[in-house]
This record gives sequence, structure tokens and C-alpha cells, in this order.
Amino acid sequence: MSARDRLGRWWWLGGLAIAALVVVVLAPLASGDPDGLERVATDQGFAERAEDAPFSIIPDYVIPGLEGPAATIVAGLVGVVLVFGLIWLVGRFLVRRSPEADR
Amino acid sequence: MPTIASAGPIVARDGALWMHTPDGFLTPLVAGAMWLASIVVLAYAVRRTNHALDERAVPLMGVTAAFIFAAQMVNFPVFPGTSGHLLGGVLAAVLLGPWAGTLVMTSVVAVQALLFQDGGLLVMGANIFNMGIVGTLGGYAVYRAVAGLLGGEARGRYPAAGIAAWLAVMGGALAITLQLAASGATDLAVALPVILGLHALIGLGEAAITVAAIAFIANVRGELLDLRPGVAEPRP
Repeated sequence: MSARDRLGRWWWLGGLAIAALVVVVLAPLASGDPDGLERVATDQGFAERAEDAPFSIIPDYVIPGLEGPAATIVAGLVGVVLVFGLIWLVGRFLVRRSPEADR
Repeated sequence: MPTIASAGPIVARDGALWMHTPDGFLTPLVAGAMWLASIVVLAYAVRRTNHALDERAVPLMGVTAAFIFAAQMVNFPVFPGTSGHLLGGVLAAVLLGPWAGTLVMTSVVAVQALLFQDGGLLVMGANIFNMGIVGTLGGYAVYRAVAGLLGGEARGRYPAAGIAAWLAVMGGALAITLQLAASGATDLAVALPVILGLHALIGLGEAAITVAAIAFIANVRGELLDLRPGVAEPRP
């Protein structure tokens, strides 16, 4: 209880802002080099096994229609909000129910 | 194909950008087996969290998932021509416990695959297992064990988290290598030393980010470290 009192109701807005800041400031600076798995897949010749997704919504973390860093930033912000909302919903369903908290 | 900047902002990559295992890398049999393994763990994770999740932990689940999603976009260089990125399983488990942590990692991997076409659909079970479950269950066990050896979580939190994070990356790398070999994509003896060697470096980044994030939370909102189930109890 006391932990919640000290945390306040809106602390998560700050946490969400940090995630958004990572997207806005750091994601556009991300290394464009292939990651560990992709590097090995390319070097060892099994990268061509990769199949395209059957559908495409925001491929490659680039919002279709936007260019440059803005496309990545907007894509990332969409992802941050969606992931946040999805797991919040999941959590709401799983939460321990106390009689008075149930409404 | 040359692109805008060889310095390589993520938007200037040529060809398909993917960071997680795409469809086609694993045979349907291996991918299906990993789906099965992940579904079993997920079902148990839901059972363990259902009606047991602290209401105060729900916003922390959201923020943790959002941060891990964002941080996974930030590939850091580990070698000329090679990058790595956070997985986040140990971070999620230290903050939320292994079961809620597994749900957080699953939501991140699912959104990445469904919305961003990062990681295949048939292999999503493998991606959930390799990046989530290895870190949330395996990494958390290591975290608790190391923290215990160092005299408890309060004293051993940072080295325990760092070691667990590094081992979780190595464990995930081992898992995908075994799955690739079982799928005939690569030869185990050839791939294993290369993949583990690269991920030994990537794991240092994982450890640094995991420890930094926990230290930040400890200093700014230390109460958040007490929301994990059982953390306030003297013995598990």
C-alpha cells in the first residue's frame, strides 16, 4: 500500500515518456549493421531461406509514406503505445480481485 | 546496394530489415515444437499470474513492455559490420517475476511480428522462447541464485542481473543455433562458435543496459523493485 502511495497514480506516464524518448532520440541513431543472427545467416548462406511475411503493416519499423528518421520515430511510437496498451489489458484481466476493488 | 548513409541509421538499411528469426529459417516441425513449448509455458504463466497479479504491477508491466520494445529498436555496434540489441527478458523478470515477465516478452514479440513484420509467424513460438522464456525463466533462476550467493538481492542485485542478462543472451543464442541446426539451415559445429562468440559481445550490451535500467529505477522509483510477487517475503 505504501509503495503505491509513494509511487502516485501517474508514475507510469514518466516511464512511458522514457520509452518514447528512447524511440525519438536513440532509435534513429541505431546501428544499421545486421544484428548477430542476421550476420551469421548472411555469412553462412542461409539468409535466403527467409520468407516474406504474408502481409505487411509497418515493415522494417518504417511508417509507409514517411521518409527519413521521422518514419522510424513514428513507427516506434506506435509500437510503444500498442505494446503498452496490449499488456495493460492483459494485466487488467489477470489482476487479483479484491471485493472492493472490483468495479 | 548503396544507401543514403553508410553510417547506417536504421532507416537507410537496404533490403529487408529483420532482427528476429524470420519464417523459413526453421522447418515447420522445429517451429511447431517451439510453438508448443512456448504455449505450455505461457499457459502456465497465465495460471500463475491469474488472480494473483498485484494491481500495482499492471502499469509496471506496460512500462516495461514499452521500454523493451523501444530499446530493441536501438541496435548497438558490437563489431565492424555487426550489431546487437537488447532482448530484455532478465530485466522483465527482475521487475515483474518470471511469469508476468514472460507475458511482457510475449506481447513485445507478438506486436513486432504482427505489426512490424519483424520475426516470422510460424517461428513466433521460437522467438518467444529464445528471446523471452530463456531470459525470463532461465535468466531469473540465475539472477536469484547469484543474488543468493552474494548475500541477498539488496546486496547482489547488480552483479546478479548482469550475469543473468549475459547468460540469457548466450542461452537464447544457443537455443536458436540448435533450432537452426535441427532445421538443416546450418551446421552446428560451424555455426555454434560463431553465434556464441558474437553473442558473448552482444551479451555485454544486454548486461550493461539491464543493470543500468535497474539502477535507474532503484534510484528514481525504488518502490517499483518491490512489486514483484514474493519480493517482500523473506524466503521464496
